[in-house]
Amino acid sequence: MRAAVLKKQFESMLGGHLDWRSRPLPELIPSGLSEIELPRGCLTEIIGPASSGRTSLLVSILAAATAREEVCALVDAEDAFDPASAAAAGVRLPRLLWVRCGHNAEHALKAADLLIQGGGFGLVAMDLGDTPPQTARRISLTSWFRLRRAVEHTPTVLVTVARQSNAKTCASLVLECARERVAWSGARGGASRLLRGMGVQTKSTLLESKRCSPVFMATAI
Amino acid sequence: MFACLHGNGNLTALGLEFSPVVEQTAPDTVTLDASGLERLFGFPQDVAAAIARRASETRVKANIALAANPDAAICAARGFAGVSIIPQGDEAKFLGPLPLSLLAPSPELQETLERWGIRRFRDLAALPPLGIAKRLGPEGLRLRELARGEAERKLVPLDPPPGFEDEIELEYPVELLEPLAFLLARLLNGLATRLAMRALATDELRLRLKLENRATHERTLRLPVPSLDTKAFLKLWQLDLAAHPPEAPIVKVWMGMNPVKPRTAQSGLFVPRAPEPVKLELTLARIQVIVGEGRVGSPELVDTHRPGEFRMTGETRRAGWATDDKRRSSVPPGPGGLPHLSLRVFRPPRAARVALASGQPGFVAAEGIRGKVLEFSGPWRTSGDWWTSNPWARDEWDIALSDGALYRIYCEPRGWFVEGSYD
Repeated sequence: MRAAVLKKQFESMLGGHLDWRSRPLPELIPSGLSEIELPRGCLTEIIGPASSGRTSLLVSILAAATAREEVCALVDAEDAFDPASAAAAGVRLPRLLWVRCGHNAEHALKAADLLIQGGGFGLVAMDLGDTPPQTARRISLTSWFRLRRAVEHTPTVLVTVARQSNAKTCASLVLECARERVAWSGARGGASRLLRGMGVQTKSTLLESKRCSPVFMATAI
Repeated sequence: MFACLHGNGNLTALGLEFSPVVEQTAPDTVTLDASGLERLFGFPQDVAAAIARRASETRVKANIALAANPDAAICAARGFAGVSIIPQGDEAKFLGPLPLSLLAPSPELQETLERWGIRRFRDLAALPPLGIAKRLGPEGLRLRELARGEAERKLVPLDPPPGFEDEIELEYPVELLEPLAFLLARLLNGLATRLAMRALATDELRLRLKLENRATHERTLRLPVPSLDTKAFLKLWQLDLAAHPPEAPIVKVWMGMNPVKPRTAQSGLFVPRAPEPVKLELTLARIQVIVGEGRVGSPELVDTHRPGEFRMTGETRRAGWATDDKRRSSVPPGPGGLPHLSLRVFRPPRAARVALASGQPGFVAAEGIRGKVLEFSGPWRTSGDWWTSNPWARDEWDIALSDGALYRIYCEPRGWFVEGSYD
């Protein structure tokens, strides 16, 4: 009660209403795609079905972060990371720590927690992209909350890749990927036929405001 | 009594065998405090004989001289061949015939003494001290003292070779990690204090455990950067021993640290923060306990065309994370700044059944994958290492299946496989 009175007096002295509760917005960092920015100290989810461009988006984020000289960690639950295509996408592999969890989502969760607690990483990514949805759903909300709390007030960006949203309200940003088209070149069935790339549409949900970004094209050649 | 060894060979080691106080007077001269050796060997002649015997055993060729003061012993060892023992009080008489050049006077002083006709120790020793002080100054007086064998000084002893090793022999065997941790902490603290006193750090820790069954369990910890963080070291040892436990109870613990200069680096104000190296080692050791050894590190591409080849690199790369690494990626992000299409690899590759239609894949079925091929490009035929015992050859296809996903499949002599999916 006394605090409320003091607050009112203080506001009257300063001549206006003060916003006491809102926190400063998190710093946004580029993802490598001009339309998408990721908040530091927050959990970002990249979701979508297989071949929807999730991994291309994650690799693009890793390439942008390593190009900024940041040290990144990739916790790979299913051993699915391909260093050759990541290097071709511009990821500086010497600045990437790769934790191979051998098809164990629980290990991935523990490893990500330890890396965030250790500090110093610009980006920690947890790839559950090939983890069966029923296994990913079994991760309790408490674990996601713990991860969110661990990354809060740190300059680390925490990114997870999965088939569906698992972190629910613990995620500050959800990027939903959907494949729009596949680009082939050359005559169908011919020897010159080539997979040229994939058009991906991302739908972002940031702090309850939804917006669609333009389609980005992930190129194969 | 002092002894001087002048010659060739490992004189310091020989000197340290007889006395803890050894002075490296010159690269070819070592002087040692031999007082007390009479109690071991008897007369000075016996001491000299013992030193000469040991010198011949260790193949050291040296003149040996014993005297009441170090400088007399040095002059005798440099001037007389073999073994010389100077009786106390007879130094001037004993050293008399030696040439003055042994004392290495300054060129001006040597020229003056030459002009005076003084060429031997006895000539200089016979001159009156007041006259020398008047004409030659303090240097002349010091030379006279040396020539008479009367110069007194203390030896400047060598530092004992720094040993950063320690051991504890146990009264009863230790079976559990927890009591062992107390012993490890004691050894770590002692060794770290020794290193800190010399402004050193360590980048390698070695542990040797002697077991009850007479076997030896050896482990080595290598750090990416030198450190003296004993708490982190102890935790690293605990994690390492938990992952690689000894096969029997421990009866003796030996630990050694590799002394190196501490790392001095200052990060730039605008350089992004990197994980603290020792803390990161601890984190990675904890993660390795969870995911297994060799599954944490930075990937490195191997110089080969064999698909899917890479290796994991360890601590050497992580050491450079904290510093500003100016090397930039030479690979552009993609044509027109677009991201590259990435492959998700199935490890191990999934064996597939492929139905062919006109020599091209028409239907694919593998674990978790089943569908009609809607689009394809290929085959892309590659081979390599045919000149080795481990050759490879395969035909690759990029396919779009009716389940909505894009895959890379390949055919090799062993059959069809799905390598991964484009995502």
